[in-house]
Amino acid sequence: MSETAIELKGIDKRFGLVHANKNINLSVRKGTIHGIIGENGAGKSTLMSILYGFYQADSGDIFVDGKKTVIRDPNTAIAAGIGMVHQHFMLVENFTVLENVMLGVEDSQILTAGIAKARQELKRLEHEYELEVDPDAIIEELPVGLQQRVEILKALYRGAEILILDEPTGVLTPAEADHLFRILEQLKAQGKTILLITHKLREIMAVTDEVSVMRRGEMVATRTTAETSVEELAELMVGRRVLLRVDKGPASPGEVLFSVENLTVRDSRGVDMVKDVSFELRAGEIVGIAGVAGNGQSELLQAITGIRRAVRGKVLLQGEPIHVTGKADAAELRQRGLAHVPEDRQHMGLVLKFDESENSILGYHWDPKYLNGVFLNIEAIRKDAAAKIEKYDIRPPNPRLKTANFSGGNQQKIVLAREMERDPAVLIIGQPTRGVDVGAIEFIHKRIIEMRDAGKAVLLVSVELDEIRSLSDRVLVMFDGRIVGERSPETGEGELGLLMAGVEDVREAAE
Amino acid sequence: MSAPYAKLPAWVDYGLIPLINLAVAFLVAGLVVLAVGQSPLRAASLLIEGAFGYGEGIGFTLYYATNFIFTGLAVAVAFHCGLFNIGGEGQAYVAGLGVVLPCLWLDQFAPWYVIFPVAILGSALVGASWALIPGWLQAKRGSHVVITTIMFNFIASSLMVYVLVDVLKPAGSMAPQTRKFAESGQLPRLDWLLSPFGLDIGGAPFNLSFLLALVMAFVVWVVIWRTRLGYEIRTMGHSPTAAAYAGIREHRIIIITMMMSGALAGMMALNPIMGDQHSMQLDFVGGAGFVGIAVALMGRSHPAGIIPAAILFGVLYQGGAEISFEMPEISRDMITIIQGLVILFAGALENMFRPAITTFFATLGAARAARPQPAAE
Repeated sequence: MSETAIELKGIDKRFGLVHANKNINLSVRKGTIHGIIGENGAGKSTLMSILYGFYQADSGDIFVDGKKTVIRDPNTAIAAGIGMVHQHFMLVENFTVLENVMLGVEDSQILTAGIAKARQELKRLEHEYELEVDPDAIIEELPVGLQQRVEILKALYRGAEILILDEPTGVLTPAEADHLFRILEQLKAQGKTILLITHKLREIMAVTDEVSVMRRGEMVATRTTAETSVEELAELMVGRRVLLRVDKGPASPGEVLFSVENLTVRDSRGVDMVKDVSFELRAGEIVGIAGVAGNGQSELLQAITGIRRAVRGKVLLQGEPIHVTGKADAAELRQRGLAHVPEDRQHMGLVLKFDESENSILGYHWDPKYLNGVFLNIEAIRKDAAAKIEKYDIRPPNPRLKTANFSGGNQQKIVLAREMERDPAVLIIGQPTRGVDVGAIEFIHKRIIEMRDAGKAVLLVSVELDEIRSLSDRVLVMFDGRIVGERSPETGEGELGLLMAGVEDVREAAE
Repeated sequence: MSAPYAKLPAWVDYGLIPLINLAVAFLVAGLVVLAVGQSPLRAASLLIEGAFGYGEGIGFTLYYATNFIFTGLAVAVAFHCGLFNIGGEGQAYVAGLGVVLPCLWLDQFAPWYVIFPVAILGSALVGASWALIPGWLQAKRGSHVVITTIMFNFIASSLMVYVLVDVLKPAGSMAPQTRKFAESGQLPRLDWLLSPFGLDIGGAPFNLSFLLALVMAFVVWVVIWRTRLGYEIRTMGHSPTAAAYAGIREHRIIIITMMMSGALAGMMALNPIMGDQHSMQLDFVGGAGFVGIAVALMGRSHPAGIIPAAILFGVLYQGGAEISFEMPEISRDMITIIQGLVILFAGALENMFRPAITTFFATLGAARAARPQPAAE
C-alpha cells in the first residue's frame, strides 16, 4: 500500500501580498485517510482549491498516481479522479438527489436514458458504500448530514478515486459526524483515498492514518496518526514561538464595567453560534477570548456591539442594560462609551473606497464636532484625522488618500485611532493584528495595554494564542459557542490548545 | 503574471475611457447606417449639425438634456446607496400630477413665479411618494427595488391613462390631455441665455427648468458629499456591513434615498409640462426615465459627469430627429438603434475597455519608473 495517490511538490501561491502557500510538499498514500490540519487561514483551503483546480499554483507540480498532472479547472481534476466535498454544499436545493448527482454528466440532451442509468449506478454506489439516500428526495428537504452524503455520491458517481473533504463536520451534529466517519472507513476499505481537511484535532485522531500540519501557509510536519498525540499536533498547529515581549505591569482590576449573562446568538441558518455565554469585564483589565476561529467569537462580538441581534441574554454596560435582543444599535452603544475594533476591518471597520478622513469618523459621524448642522464639517474632520494620523503614526500621513491604498497595518491603525481616541469605558477588540505587519503589531499591543492602564475594560478576541497570552490578564476559552474554561495567561500552550480543540477534561487527556 | 495593478489618472478614468466607449458606439452605429446603404459620414454630420449647428437645434438639445439631468440624478442618488431605481419613468409620469394640478388650479390668478415653486414642490412630493412604496417594501420586506420599481412603472402608466381620460380631460375634448394652461402656467424660455452668442432658439422649448436642473445637480453634490445624510448613504452603498457597524439605520436610509431619487425623477415632469406642452399629455415622459439610467452610468453617478452625459443624449435625441428628417431612408427606429448602441457601450459595457487601458497605463508607468535607473550595480 505504499503507492502514492497524490504528490504535491513545491506548491506556491500568492494572493497579492498574502503568501497563502509557501513551497508545499505533500504526499498522500493510496488507500489511506490523510488529515490536513491547521488553523483558519493556515492555507489548507487554498491548497485543496489548487488540487481541485479552482486556483492555479504560481509554481510547483502535482502528481496523481505518480503521473505529473496539470489541473487547470475542476473538470480536469474530476477527469484525474479527484472529487471534492465542499464545506458549503454545491447542490441545487430544489432538485432531487438523482438530478443533483447526474448534473453536468447527463450524457445526452434527452434525459430519460441517462436517468435510468444514473438510478442504477446510484443504487450500486449506495449499496457498496452504505450511503443510503432516497434518490427521489428533494435536497432542501433532507437534513444536512444526508445532503453531505449526496455530495459524496456525486463525487463517486463521477469516478472519484481521491476524495477531498473540506471541514466536513462543521455543519454536522456529533452523531452525523460519527456516521460520516464510518462511511469514510468504508470508502477506505474499498481502496479510495481520502483527504480530510479540518481544524478539529479529535477528528484527526479518530479517523486518519496520517496527518499533515499547516501553519501560516507552510507545511510544518507530517506524522503517522498512531504515533502522534493531540498535544503534539496542537503545538505544531499553533506554533510554539516565544511570547512576543509586551511590557506589561500587573493589572489592577476595578469595578465591573461590562457584563454578559446567558447570551445566546443564532446565525441566519438558525444554528446557535453562541450558547449561554456569561462573563464580565472590569475596569483596568484585559480579558482574552481564545479559540479556533468559527467557534462563535464573531457572533459574540457582533451581538454585544449592537450589530447582530441575540436570541436571549442580559448585557450591562456600566450598569445600564443593553437591549441585545432588541434594537440596540451600534451608534447608541458608542455614545454610551463602548468602542469596537471589529474583526473584519476591510468590510466592517472601514469603507475602503472612502478617504482616510471619512473613515476616521465612521460610527461617530453623528458627533456635533464633525458637523455644521446637517452638513459635514470637512475642515474639522480633516484636522481631527490629521491629529490621529500624527499620534498613531499612520502612513502615508494623508487624510485625503483613499483607504484601500493604505497597508493592512495602517488601516488597522486608522480603526484603532478612531475607537481609542474616543476615550471609551469599554473597548471590544477583534483580531487586532490580523494581516498586520510586525512593526505595527508591537505598536498596537502597546496601545491596548495603555488603554488598560488608563482604566478601560478591554475584551480581546484573537485566534493568535500568543497574542491572547501576552496581552490578557484572564483568558476565556471558547469552543463550539461556549466558554469552556477560564485560565490564567501563564497556562501552558498545550493545555489551552486542548481546550480550544474541545477536549473537555484537559488533565485526563494529557496523561 | 496577473495584470499589473495601477490607479488610472483621473483624466483617463473620467475623460479617455468614456470617449473611447463613445467612439466605438458611433463606429458600430456607422456600420449599421452603412448596412442600410446610407453614408455614415452624412449621418454624422447631420447629427452634429442638427444638434449644434443653429440656435433652435441647441435649444432642443438642451431641452432634452434637461429631462435627462433630472432622471440621471435620480438614478445616481439611488446608486450611491446601492439601490437600482429603474422606476424613474413612472415616478416622473405620476409626478406630472404634482405639476399639472397647481397649474390648472392657479393659472387664472397667480403669476408663473408663484406657480413654479408650488409645482416644483408638487412634482417632488408626488415623485417621492411614488418611490416611497418600493423603498418601504425594500427596507421592510426585502422586495427588490428593481422588481417593484418596474412594476410601479406599469401601475403609473395605467393610472395616468385613467386620470387623463376620465378625470382631467376637458369635457367635449377627444384628446387624452388636460386643457392648455394660461400664460402664467408656462415657464419663461431661456432665449436670453443663448442670444449673447448670436443664437436664436426659435421654437425650441428651452426653458427655466434647465437652470433648475443645474441647481439640483449642485444640490445633489452637496447632499451626497457634504452632509451627514450623504455620508450615511454612501456608507450603505459601499458596505452595508460597515453601515451596520457604524450604527447607521439601514431601513431609514433606504427609504429616504428612494424618496430623494423619486423627487428628482418627479421634477423632470416640470420641463415638458410647464416648459413645453403647457398641458399634460399622454406619455409625456417618453422614456426619459430609462435614459436616466444610461446617463447616470455614463456620468459615473457624479453630477459633473451627469450633466455632459445628459447633453450627449440630448444631442442624440435632437440630432437623431434631424437625421430621420433629412435622410428618410434612416427611419426613426434606426435612430433608436444608434441611441441603444451608445447606451450599450457607454453604459452597460462601460468596463469593456478598462482592463486593457489599465494594463496599458500600468506598463507605461512601470517602463517610465524603470528608465531612470542606471544599469550599473
